[in-house]
Amino acid sequence: MTVAAITDDYSGERLDQVENFHGNQVVYVGWDRHLMFCSPIAFATPPATLFATLLDEMLPGAYAQHPEFKEVNWAEAIWHLNGEAFTPDRNKTLEEQGIDHKSILRITTPGLDGIKGSGT
Amino acid sequence: MTATKLNLKDRYRLLTRDLDWEYSYQNRKDVFPMEEFEGIKITDWSKWEDPFRLTMDAYWKYQAEKEKKLYAIFDAFAQNNGQQNVKDARYVNAIKLFLTGVSPLEYQAYNGFAHVGRQFGGVGARVACQMQSLDELRHVQTQIHAMSHYNKHFDGFQDFAHMHDRVWYLSVPKSFFDDARSAGPFEFMVAIGFSFEYVLTNLLFVPFMSGAAYNGDMATVTFGFSAQSDEARHMTLGLEIIKFLLEQHPDNVPIVQRWINKWFWRGTRMLALVSMMMDYMLPNRVMSWKEAWEVYFEEAGGALFKDLARYGIEMPAYAGTAIAEKEHLSHQTWSIFYNYTHAAAFHTWMPDEREMDWLSEKYPNTFDKYYRPRFEHWREMERAGERFYNPTLPMLCQTCQIPMGFTEMNDPTLVSYRQSVYKGERFNFCSDGCKDIFDHEPEKYVQSWLPVHQIYQGNCGGADVETVLKDYYKMNLGVDNMDYRGSPDEQRWKQWHNLQSAEDKLKKAS
Repeated sequence: MTVAAITDDYSGERLDQVENFHGNQVVYVGWDRHLMFCSPIAFATPPATLFATLLDEMLPGAYAQHPEFKEVNWAEAIWHLNGEAFTPDRNKTLEEQGIDHKSILRITTPGLDGIKGSGT
Repeated sequence: MTATKLNLKDRYRLLTRDLDWEYSYQNRKDVFPMEEFEGIKITDWSKWEDPFRLTMDAYWKYQAEKEKKLYAIFDAFAQNNGQQNVKDARYVNAIKLFLTGVSPLEYQAYNGFAHVGRQFGGVGARVACQMQSLDELRHVQTQIHAMSHYNKHFDGFQDFAHMHDRVWYLSVPKSFFDDARSAGPFEFMVAIGFSFEYVLTNLLFVPFMSGAAYNGDMATVTFGFSAQSDEARHMTLGLEIIKFLLEQHPDNVPIVQRWINKWFWRGTRMLALVSMMMDYMLPNRVMSWKEAWEVYFEEAGGALFKDLARYGIEMPAYAGTAIAEKEHLSHQTWSIFYNYTHAAAFHTWMPDEREMDWLSEKYPNTFDKYYRPRFEHWREMERAGERFYNPTLPMLCQTCQIPMGFTEMNDPTLVSYRQSVYKGERFNFCSDGCKDIFDHEPEKYVQSWLPVHQIYQGNCGGADVETVLKDYYKMNLGVDNMDYRGSPDEQRWKQWHNLQSAEDKLKKAS
């Protein structure tokens, strides 16, 4: 049973299928221990977006207000994609490296634990 | 000799049980088509104990008297410029949240109880639900009237019903009630009648009404008193439905337990809004959220579940997580609204030094360690003329629809992420509670109208956030939204009370 319904064959309309985003997909990004940004970010961007674009344009637009952002050493950053360890390739697109619709990218930046180490 | 006048008990019996009839030419299942699909088994509706014991004529008379007193006080409040007597204009933001977030739920409750008041096979339950339905309609009306006076003097009240259906944070209470109303009639009763009206109501109404009393808001306090006797009846009905279901058939126990788990969790997520109201929005604090939670859930709820243990009912499944979250909930929720105040129809602000100290004292385990550094940093940014606003749109939980601002309880610096894949599509959640609710009925929650995704799909009237706020949400930009400091609300307040900021004084002196 996938829903308690008065009809046996009830199915719901999936509102957030990728087809509904006009060529974009949703990608979520969270920067661990930097809760000055209260929650992970939702981006809408084409699946053919280069990872370099995400790194060089989208993330600075989101995180530049944090004093630690300019200290991030991207070579040392640890990534997780949907909970699994992940090594991004900046020259590949999101789609090419399995970052699909409504995927979660988590970034850990060793040594940077937020303002006064508070996770902010 | 025939009695000329029936006593109350007889009248009550005639009004309820004796108004029902046997169906001679219609199939009972056609008359009550929603009674069985949830799996609940009712063997004898006559065992229903009528909780209200009110007849309609007594009800009208009683409510009319209350109404007369209530509106007399509203009039006096308006004539005496009661809005000027609240402690501080920041307080008014709490009732903006109430009017846009809670009052429309009273209307939803009216709809919901009217609906189930038709669907139950037992006449006692039908009458009780219809009575509660009328109460809820009265509550939404009196709340709107109580707060309409503030609409003349403060911003953000003007389109509360429109906003309730559209604005991102109002989708949290709206979807909560939509979920309950689109469930079967028994689940609705466990969700709203029991979990909400009985288990959690003291954490919703008491903080708002005491908050009003502590902060000089006579209009809202008076509404609260006027609703109190109704709420007592609603709680009685909530408890009756649970006991009735559990006594009717042992097969009902696991179904009811699952509903309690679900609606307790959904309720605590919605109460996140109340937690920040108590700890941050009341200039005169009543008690901390943590203290309220301990009194009203851990003590009172604990006793209730001990009492229900004889039916085989246990504490709600995620009570442990919810108890751990009492140390964090208000701070994390206020952070969300501080981040996105430019997209809200009320103001936020950073607590002043005295308020920060109060938070440190009330939250010795968490405030100084996790939240004070964050708030002090934001305050420094504000002083440097760069008040922090989050320039992005947040990720939302598929079930509760709140931005994913809640953290793991074993490491409060890390966001709590949960994910399910259903029919090849990823769905994301803020907690085990929200994930389990989805996993049990995915066909329901794939339909969640998530405000951020709707904006990205172009369904909210524009591609840029400003157009969405202005045209789709109907917010007055630069007036309803942004920080309290510098808002028109603040300026008016200072004019009324001849308060000048140090900055203004300097300007005038030079």
